[in-house]
Amino acid sequence: MPNFELHSHKQIIKHRDVVDDDWSVLKLVDDAAPESVEVPAGKIIVPLKVWLAQREQLAARAARRELGLWFASDELAHTVKDDLDRFAVVAVDFPKFSDGRGYSIAYNLRKRLGYQGELRAIGDVLRDQLFQMLRCGFNAYATRQDRSIHDALKGLTVFSETYQASVDNALPLFRRHARGALPEHSDVGAGI
Amino acid sequence: MYRYDQYDHLIVRERIAQYRDQVRRRLADELTEEEFLPLRLQNGLYMQRHAYMLRIAVPYGLLSTAQMRMFAHIARKYDRGYGHFTTRQNIQFNWIELEQTPDILADLASVEMHAIQTSGNCIRNTTTDEFAGVAADEIVDARPYAEIIRQWSTFHPEFIALPRKFKIAINGAVEDRAAIAVHDIGLTAVRNEAGEVGFKFMVGGGLGRTPILGSVINDFVPWQHLLTYTEAIMRVYNQFGRRDNKYKARIKILVKAVGAEEFARMVEAEFADLKDGPETLTREEVERVAQWFNPKPYLTLPNIDPRADHADNKAFANWLQRNVKPHKVPGYASVVLSLKKTGVPPGDATAEQIDFVADLADKYSFNELRVTHEQNLVLADVEQAKLFEVWQQAKARGLATPNIGLLTDMISCPGGDYCSLANAKSIPIAAAIAERFDNLDFQHDIGDIELNISGCINACGHHHVGHIGVLGVDKDGSEWYQVSIGGAQGNESAIGKIIGPSFSAPQMPEVVGRLLEVYVKNRVDGERFIDVAQRLGVAPFKEYVYATPIPAGELVGEDEYA
Repeated sequence: MPNFELHSHKQIIKHRDVVDDDWSVLKLVDDAAPESVEVPAGKIIVPLKVWLAQREQLAARAARRELGLWFASDELAHTVKDDLDRFAVVAVDFPKFSDGRGYSIAYNLRKRLGYQGELRAIGDVLRDQLFQMLRCGFNAYATRQDRSIHDALKGLTVFSETYQASVDNALPLFRRHARGALPEHSDVGAGI
Repeated sequence: MYRYDQYDHLIVRERIAQYRDQVRRRLADELTEEEFLPLRLQNGLYMQRHAYMLRIAVPYGLLSTAQMRMFAHIARKYDRGYGHFTTRQNIQFNWIELEQTPDILADLASVEMHAIQTSGNCIRNTTTDEFAGVAADEIVDARPYAEIIRQWSTFHPEFIALPRKFKIAINGAVEDRAAIAVHDIGLTAVRNEAGEVGFKFMVGGGLGRTPILGSVINDFVPWQHLLTYTEAIMRVYNQFGRRDNKYKARIKILVKAVGAEEFARMVEAEFADLKDGPETLTREEVERVAQWFNPKPYLTLPNIDPRADHADNKAFANWLQRNVKPHKVPGYASVVLSLKKTGVPPGDATAEQIDFVADLADKYSFNELRVTHEQNLVLADVEQAKLFEVWQQAKARGLATPNIGLLTDMISCPGGDYCSLANAKSIPIAAAIAERFDNLDFQHDIGDIELNISGCINACGHHHVGHIGVLGVDKDGSEWYQVSIGGAQGNESAIGKIIGPSFSAPQMPEVVGRLLEVYVKNRVDGERFIDVAQRLGVAPFKEYVYATPIPAGELVGEDEYA
């Protein structure tokens, strides 16, 4: 019995398109020791713990752009700050919709650590979370496979304006627009 | 008061479209109930014992009369003709059909209202002093800052799935009327020596099963940094708050676990990076919001003695004494309309009363109203010369009970009659106590006292900070009530202490009666109940209450309000 499982998605959302995907997410089974896992060939997204335990062995694969890294929701972005650019993809796991730590991990990866590459949401990822994921810096979404991925795309275009600054929009509303026009002088949003 | 601009309207309208589609998908079974749950909660829709309950946000408790009338409309069209004002200055409707909720939101949007983030594990309505802007002891009007926090926290993408719900309150006056010490973040707006506004940040207060008063982590955060400093707190909490046990997930548990000093250090480390960033407030933005809260066009009037022409009217005198509050402008006063008439669940108002109060506000108080966290309504700007008229009209509608701050001005959650979390009913207990002590002379003799009732440990009725607190508990499947004394809110906040084993519902009026007897016997020099309770401690109260068996009398009103 291998001490890990591989999870793959035929398709994911990248930016605003549905695209084919050839990555697999490696998950440790039970409490398998991260140093004991033999990472299989191919494009694999490994747990942070496995990377930390096998940094030397995995370095060459990372250099070939065949290695990705994923954060569990209780892990912190800065744990791998100097290594980030070595991965072809960085993923953040949402074990359930109600666990919002992944949003802060994404924010920190983008805003604090300046990570520019693919940032993928994995786990319990559904249409109604995509908008806030986008705002916090995700640009790829492995949505739950029992639901239509094309339907999920609609989640990215819920709001056309937002109040706060975040990763997608560096300035808050009050710095982007002159505010205060009364609605009778504007028909923005009428008829929605 | 604040008016939406085109962006506020746009966001609320897009929200309704999103929510309408979520409801459609739920009804079409494209969303499971489990998936729909957090979505509807973020929109204030709870499944209760009998039906859905919809909680509508009343930002910082301030309402226009058009908004108030919309509540009456909703009560008539979608509910059973009444609504319930809550301790978070919101209103909730208890008999709502899921299919109709998107239309209710559309009706609300037409008067610049919504139900966004009125429940769920996110930042809730920011509350403040019901007398903000008019209180004689005000230092800073907190409402513009509450509105700024409202906008910033609305759909904040990062803080939408926190470990637990998150409540912010702001006080800008000498006397804290916003109960800041029992909030996740309690802000006090202050001025430094140069006259600049800043905020004292208190963090980690809360009620529930672990009642804790907040700790001050920063004495003065300049106004420019209000949002960035708050963001720093939120990010620390989102990352490090416990998620393994929902009873240990509030920020108070984190602050207690790491200690207030260490928590403050974590926040400072986070803030260092955000300070002076784009979310830093500009004077222009604060002024844009603040202009909506400019003083009303008051007349130049002398202060008068409203009693002068009514010297022999004791009922009016009682009402003036209890329900009328000082105003910072000469010739004006604030009026509290009591929603605590004996025989009516605390905080409930009928559609007719709601319309009537809107009419009163149009006529006497610049078309605005406030909701208090004690679940009453306020006309903030009434000319002193009109007080008698207002009293006569309010009295005719059952809204002039002169009991503000008295025994029957109880705070009570909806309890087991409505709420599926409750262990026990609370409204019948409130009713039974109110009935027993309905005599106003007796109440006026007892004076200031806060009696708070929660139907379960979630403490929606704020029992921990009641001078007398009553908590419904479940023992072997039946309803019992645990009593505490010595709790307080405001500047002298304290958590009450339990007096002993719990009581059955029919015993409760007698228990309260015995507590009051101990108070009356021991009070000196105008001491209030709370003063005596804190001076003497639990012992003498406990001794007397349990000295002889308490007969289980009739519980009045149970069937009537069940």
